[in-house]
Amino acid sequence: MDLRGRNVLLHDMSLRDGMHAKQHQISIEEMVAVSQALDAAGMPLIEVTHGDGLGGASVNYGFSRHSDEDYLRAVIPGLKNSRVSALLLPGIGTIDHLKMALDCGVSTIRVATHCTEADIARQHIEMGRKLGMDTVGFLMMAHMVDPDTLLTQARLMESYGSHCVYCTDSAGYMLPNDVTARISALREGLNPDTEIGFHGHHNLAMGIANSLAAIEAGAYRVDASAAGLGAGAGNTPMEIFVAVLDRMGVEHGVDLYRIMDVAEDLVVPLMDMPVRVDRDSLMLGYAGVYSSFLLFAQRASQKYGIPSRDILVELGRRKTVGGQEDMIEDVALDLRKLRESESSL
Amino acid sequence: MDRINIAIIGSGNIGTDLLIKALRSKTIRPVWMVGIDPDSDGLRRARELGIKTTHEGVDGLLPFIEDDGIKIAFDATSAKVHPENAKKLEPRGVLMVDLTPAAIGKYCVPPVNLQEHVGTKSRNVNLVSCGGQATIPIVGAVRRVQPLEYAEIVATVASRSIGPGTRNNIDEFTRTTASGVAEIGGAKEGKAIIVINPAEPPIMMRDTIHCLTETEPDQDAIRASVEEMVKEVQAYVPGYKLKNGPVFDGRRVSVFMEVEGLGDYLPTYAGNLDIMTAAAVRTGEMFAQEMMKGNLHLEPVGS
Repeated sequence: MDLRGRNVLLHDMSLRDGMHAKQHQISIEEMVAVSQALDAAGMPLIEVTHGDGLGGASVNYGFSRHSDEDYLRAVIPGLKNSRVSALLLPGIGTIDHLKMALDCGVSTIRVATHCTEADIARQHIEMGRKLGMDTVGFLMMAHMVDPDTLLTQARLMESYGSHCVYCTDSAGYMLPNDVTARISALREGLNPDTEIGFHGHHNLAMGIANSLAAIEAGAYRVDASAAGLGAGAGNTPMEIFVAVLDRMGVEHGVDLYRIMDVAEDLVVPLMDMPVRVDRDSLMLGYAGVYSSFLLFAQRASQKYGIPSRDILVELGRRKTVGGQEDMIEDVALDLRKLRESESSL
Repeated sequence: MDRINIAIIGSGNIGTDLLIKALRSKTIRPVWMVGIDPDSDGLRRARELGIKTTHEGVDGLLPFIEDDGIKIAFDATSAKVHPENAKKLEPRGVLMVDLTPAAIGKYCVPPVNLQEHVGTKSRNVNLVSCGGQATIPIVGAVRRVQPLEYAEIVATVASRSIGPGTRNNIDEFTRTTASGVAEIGGAKEGKAIIVINPAEPPIMMRDTIHCLTETEPDQDAIRASVEEMVKEVQAYVPGYKLKNGPVFDGRRVSVFMEVEGLGDYLPTYAGNLDIMTAAAVRTGEMFAQEMMKGNLHLEPVGS
């Protein structure tokens, strides 16, 4: 693979996707410290919100330690060069949240839907554009559809005004060939001035390989996370990715030593438990299940005595999509009923 | 007067399903169906069923209001069109039952607050949203046991059951449902989440209701109240089913519901649409009974 001279835009996820791994409990001080260190390392874009995006604070997804607004107002004024993005899932967050984020100084709004439901993002993408924001469409669980279907949905987001459309591997299920097929379809089928992005999860340890395949096929924006802090086995680990990009001669503007230090000195100490591929996060990638279900399944497992792996596999079998966290307790209760009725036979 | 004559505005999926349900009613009689597309399946069905139709929108209905004695109109168009329809019909003494998320009128969730609308002389009632109809009864069931600090609902629906109107303005669903959860359910704060799932075969509508009680939940009383409420909803939506729960975790009370439709015009998985049309008929019937008893008479304005 020859990527010499290619240019990518790196986007750090540790303070948004990382919120999943932290049950949305990162403190304001930690957010400020990590974001300023990322800024000093030359990170062009940093995402900050609840793990499930603006308005995600809820019983269903978990209440964050502080509000999105408090995090954004604390982080943004302290940054010299980095810009800040916010995620928004229509059905959870609304245009009111988008306007609040803009008022806080957010430059980039990323509007995320399941990979077949792009049309519910229309009003938010149009509003992002109208308000002059860098506007991104984010198609989640992209492994669940073929490249042509993904392109059809990406074209909708493009038609609403997205500057960039993402192929998002929310389950960490894709292998490099899957990424190549999807990113190539988007690159060939979208307007040349529409950027393509890739967001990976490391559940099958494919974060780096998949991100490289994405760049080769035409992706310009790539998401990764310092120390990999993110849902499931985490996102593509940023510091490793930067080292690999350096070796391959890809232009990205991030300082390797500094991003290594952010990961090691600031982000790893935040972790409640090691963010790594273990049997549960491996099962997310293997069964194609939304990465942020991990901790919910583990909690339901403890409460109802059903192995978390069995819960995750059942969630995959029922074709659940992102946002269906409420299914996890429901599935655990169903499995317990089933097991009780089997053992009483 | 054996039944009250009604009109249905909107000949899409909802309007057509509503028509089939209304034809079974002993208190309301569908006389007119209003559409904008002469070739729509809904208008064709209506004609076959002997219902008068127009494809000229509400304007096509207006000349016949008095002659045909239309007293109630069900609006199954869109939040954008509803205010205009209401402006034309309300002054003619027609009560509007609004199935759009326009929410001009007061919210109505039959098993929770239908009776409160009796005697108010309101000319417009709004049915919140499908998610609201499926979840607010449960919020109300917990609330009637003890005060709620917060209530949150998650409605998960099949992709195929969500039409372009909802898709183009999903914020309207989340906002209207959240305010209905708080106001009618009876919580200090309400939140609504909608998730769309494209799985094939399509999934049944699922609803999760999370309540945070102000004090330690009275588990036995809440269990009994929820079960009773489920029966009340089943009176008009037989496929309304308690799947799991109530689950108690500290002050959190969670209830997991599934809604299967009757399959009148819409497929059974579209319980979200069925519960709207069933609630609309229930609401219309209550007003019709009041009209027949002589308790409710809406005068045309200026007469």
